[in-house]
Amino acid sequence: MAAKTRARTAEVQAFPGDTPADVLRGYYRSMSLIRNFELRSSEMYARAKIGGYCHLNLGEEATVVGLMAAINTGDYLFTGYRDHGYALMRDLEPGRVMAELFGKTTGVSGGRGGSMHMFDSQARLFGGYGIVGGQIPPATGVALAIKQKQASGPDSDAVMCLLGDGTTNIGAFHEALNLAGLWNLPIVYVIVNNRLGMGTTVEAASAEPDLYKRGASYRIPGIRVDGDDVLAVRDAAAAALERARTERQPVLLELMCYRLRGHSVVDPARYRSPEDTTIAQKSDPVPVFRAQLIAAGILDDAAADAIDAEIDAIVDAAVEFGDASPDPDPADLFAYVYATPVANAPSALPGDPVMEAL
Amino acid sequence: MSIEAAPVTDPPATRVITYRQALNETLRAELLHDENVFLIGEEIGVFEGSYKITAGLLTEFGPDRVVDAPIAEEGFVGAALGAAMIGMRPVVEIMTINFSLIAIDQIVNHAAKMRSMFGGQVAVPMVIRMPGGGGQQLAATHSQNLEVWFAHIPGLKVLAPSTPADAKALLTAAIRDDDPVIFIENLSLYSSKGEVPDGEQIAEIGKAAVVKEGTDLTIVSYSRGTTTALEVAHKLEAEGLSIEVVDLRSLRPLDRETICASVRKTGHAVVFEDDWLSYGIGAEISATIGEGVFDFLDAPVRRVAAAEVPLPYAKTLELAALPHAAELAKVVREVLNVAPLEK
Amino acid sequence: MPEVIMPRLSDTMEEGELSRWLKNVGDTIHKGDVLAEIETDKATMDLESFDDGILEQLLVPAGALVPIGQAVAVIGDGTHIVEADAPAAPAAEAPAAEAPAKIAPATKKAAEAPATPAAPEAVPAAAAPVAPKDLRTSPLARKIAKEHNIDIATLTGTGPQGRIARADVEARITELEAGTAAEPAAPAASVVAPAAPAAAVITPGADDEVVAISRIRKVTARRLTESQAVPHFFLTSVVDVERLVAFRAEVNVSLAALGQKVSINDLFVRAAAVTLRQHPEVNASWGGDAILRHPHVNVGIAVATDDGLLVPVIRDTDTKSLATIAGESVALAGKARTGSLGLADMTGGTFSISNLGMFGIDSFTAVLNPPEAAILAIGAATDVPVIRDGVLVAVPKVKITLTVDHRVLDGAVAAGFLRDLTKLLEEPLRIVI
Repeated sequence: MAAKTRARTAEVQAFPGDTPADVLRGYYRSMSLIRNFELRSSEMYARAKIGGYCHLNLGEEATVVGLMAAINTGDYLFTGYRDHGYALMRDLEPGRVMAELFGKTTGVSGGRGGSMHMFDSQARLFGGYGIVGGQIPPATGVALAIKQKQASGPDSDAVMCLLGDGTTNIGAFHEALNLAGLWNLPIVYVIVNNRLGMGTTVEAASAEPDLYKRGASYRIPGIRVDGDDVLAVRDAAAAALERARTERQPVLLELMCYRLRGHSVVDPARYRSPEDTTIAQKSDPVPVFRAQLIAAGILDDAAADAIDAEIDAIVDAAVEFGDASPDPDPADLFAYVYATPVANAPSALPGDPVMEAL
Repeated sequence: MSIEAAPVTDPPATRVITYRQALNETLRAELLHDENVFLIGEEIGVFEGSYKITAGLLTEFGPDRVVDAPIAEEGFVGAALGAAMIGMRPVVEIMTINFSLIAIDQIVNHAAKMRSMFGGQVAVPMVIRMPGGGGQQLAATHSQNLEVWFAHIPGLKVLAPSTPADAKALLTAAIRDDDPVIFIENLSLYSSKGEVPDGEQIAEIGKAAVVKEGTDLTIVSYSRGTTTALEVAHKLEAEGLSIEVVDLRSLRPLDRETICASVRKTGHAVVFEDDWLSYGIGAEISATIGEGVFDFLDAPVRRVAAAEVPLPYAKTLELAALPHAAELAKVVREVLNVAPLEK
Repeated sequence: MPEVIMPRLSDTMEEGELSRWLKNVGDTIHKGDVLAEIETDKATMDLESFDDGILEQLLVPAGALVPIGQAVAVIGDGTHIVEADAPAAPAAEAPAAEAPAKIAPATKKAAEAPATPAAPEAVPAAAAPVAPKDLRTSPLARKIAKEHNIDIATLTGTGPQGRIARADVEARITELEAGTAAEPAAPAASVVAPAAPAAAVITPGADDEVVAISRIRKVTARRLTESQAVPHFFLTSVVDVERLVAFRAEVNVSLAALGQKVSINDLFVRAAAVTLRQHPEVNASWGGDAILRHPHVNVGIAVATDDGLLVPVIRDTDTKSLATIAGESVALAGKARTGSLGLADMTGGTFSISNLGMFGIDSFTAVLNPPEAAILAIGAATDVPVIRDGVLVAVPKVKITLTVDHRVLDGAVAAGFLRDLTKLLEEPLRIVI
């Protein structure tokens, strides 16, 4: 499937398949939430309420929403560091996600992870990871454990592991895919190909720029999908997850999308050509999907605006919640270093004696 | 030894077995004890382990419990980590500690961080076993003692048993611990023998042991070094020197109390370590002693460590680079300012 | 209710300035705690408590000049705490106008010393808890020294690079305990020197010449003092040296061609070494909780030098020929007198010989050279009338005396050694076989 060459279909009047209208409106609402949340994150970063690195899903809303529409609640999700939208789509409270960005106790990771490290064990969001490729071996290991513990079939859990286009060049990707192919693990690797690894294009980084082909060495089928098409993403992901569950066949999905802004909030992306920027803006999935829904009669401007307004209020509340939440207490600094307490575990703060002088 | 045995009226019977056998039996016992325990590593199944630690286990437990992994340390260490995230208790064998560097991202950036970084929502009950050590003419890349790489990292626990009994009791403790545990073995210890109590033995992680008492000087060591330290201590006993030997057993957490209590008594300390001198385990021990019992020191703390050179192959050079009993005895005498009685 | 009084802290001190209180009323005080600093005419000294208890009252303010013996504070059980502000510091009087001369270095006469203390008096060991920077001391040594109120600067180190270590401080403590002079007597108008002058520091009289001591003498003094704490006994034997003297003459005739010469002392050294080999129990040391028998026989020879007594060692003496011993002995003695002996020349001894025969000393007892278990003292050869075959003849005899560490050796064992040594000396050919 050569989705790359598929014509954009802004003028399409009707949606394929039988997705109910309220579900489609729900996708729009989700995309609007991610968009609004990320823009607000950018603002909060500028207001210095968010520290460190902060990578946004702007431009990837259709990809995020489509993937999360396909995943089961029992499936495990691993992501890279561009993870805010996924946290929202795994139904984590926007306030708790914003609180994590603010480094507050109420954050999804207790304020200990920040932008790159959203985690929720209940929601089986098994972490945003900051080291490129670092999430792939653990995600593969969860699939290994699932295979050891569960019979294959439609009720089996599966793993979805997100990665960026740049990640396909790192060793962990290849080692992990080899294991998954070798051991027939229930995992779907999803390359979110926004065409830029920071400032480096895929063509400048990968000898095989058709990234979905990179599973061939491991007998892992690769599928490329238009990442700006929420339904195409959803359907491809659902099919891949199904194969993983029932056949123990790992799949490599490549979703083609555009990064609307810089690599992170602090990147003005001056390396991008005006043409590239123009394409990215024209492809922006949020207004495109809104226009599609309006054109299809599923939404009108007023209804769309009402959704946006509702979302705006939700994100306002998320910021308020984050603001109002308490900072972690330094007394709890060592709270989560170890799960099993053992003798002599360090607890000295800088300048403390290593032990009471005898 | 601070081994917490089940409270029984009679001490458990013991057998004299090798360090290798103790590890093998413990792995088997834990595979039987908990169905979530599984082994993973290169050549651990069909080949029965590069050093035969896993002999017989594939046959007994099958390929789901004894997983032969391809040569992909980052991949399979990370995979074990993932399995641990959802409640499995993988025991990874890395063929030698040297190859752990290929998996270092998974160990240091991931296994050690998961729990803390995600606000305590996940535990990583995994053990990574690996032998270190030089002396077998394995040359520069296969003879390293990299334990300090791991001992430096919060979130990891690092154990280094010196005896078969500790190999058993500490490995059991490691497998039942809910944190990533780096379990340092040593090639030259595998065939060493010692008394090992029967039945379940679980050591307390984070505790050093005074394995020989003495009054004149404390030798602090771990793993293979402890066996050398004991040998030297007993030899010097005949010269009228009373040497105490502290076996660290746990490099992280470090039992500073036991070290300092010993040096407080003896006033003299020598660290015997197989790793390189600068920034090594001994540096931490020395600093601990300096801070903890400065007023009780009767001489500077000395370290006997490996020469700081990529270990050469040639036997003469290898012997020259590694720390042995003779150097330890020499330094002990220097610290105590006594002349050897023998030539 | 013990009072803390202004102690006497120097030979010329009559009053001291309580320059600073270091404890407050209500503080728990332990024996040895430093309560205050006292400025004497010579130095700032610590005022240490001799009592346990609660500091109940400060009787003088900081800055006050207080005569020796006057109470400055009260230590009690805490029931009589007087929190009253210490009286305002009186305008500090000018320190005593006379600035008594310090003990001059080297051999300068202490003539300018004040006349006041006519008689030598004991003073407490100075409390100088912090070692001067150029002294090598171990932290443990400093700690113990401080706890025992010992000025660490007065110790000589035996550790690596001359470091003062625990053993050095403990040796001093042993000395001090042997002579109770360390405890400062309550200062009174007239101070009586306590007994046991071993550790006492004697102040120089007006006419005394003060001779600064060398490092060697310091070591000698300390080691000999140490050895006095060792339970020891003496055994004396009279050796007929007629044949030994003749033998030496013979040997020297044959060695003359080689330009070599042996002394009677060399024969004694060789004989002792051979006998030690037969008696390994004597070639031993007290090791605290064990007796250490040394595999090598290393005989030390006491050599008098201008700076003090040195005992260079001839290693593996029993394996060396008489000529070798003679050569080494001359070389070592030469080095000793020129001060060029190295550490290796002076360590490792397992037995020592001291010979004062050349001074005509008939017999004497030598002080043990720790940790060696025994030392042999050799007197002069004296002609003794002996009736031999009915004729009165003069036979040269030497009295040798063995000093023995009783912890290592019992009388009978030591006597056996001395008997065999005597026999050997009387059949000198066996010395060289």
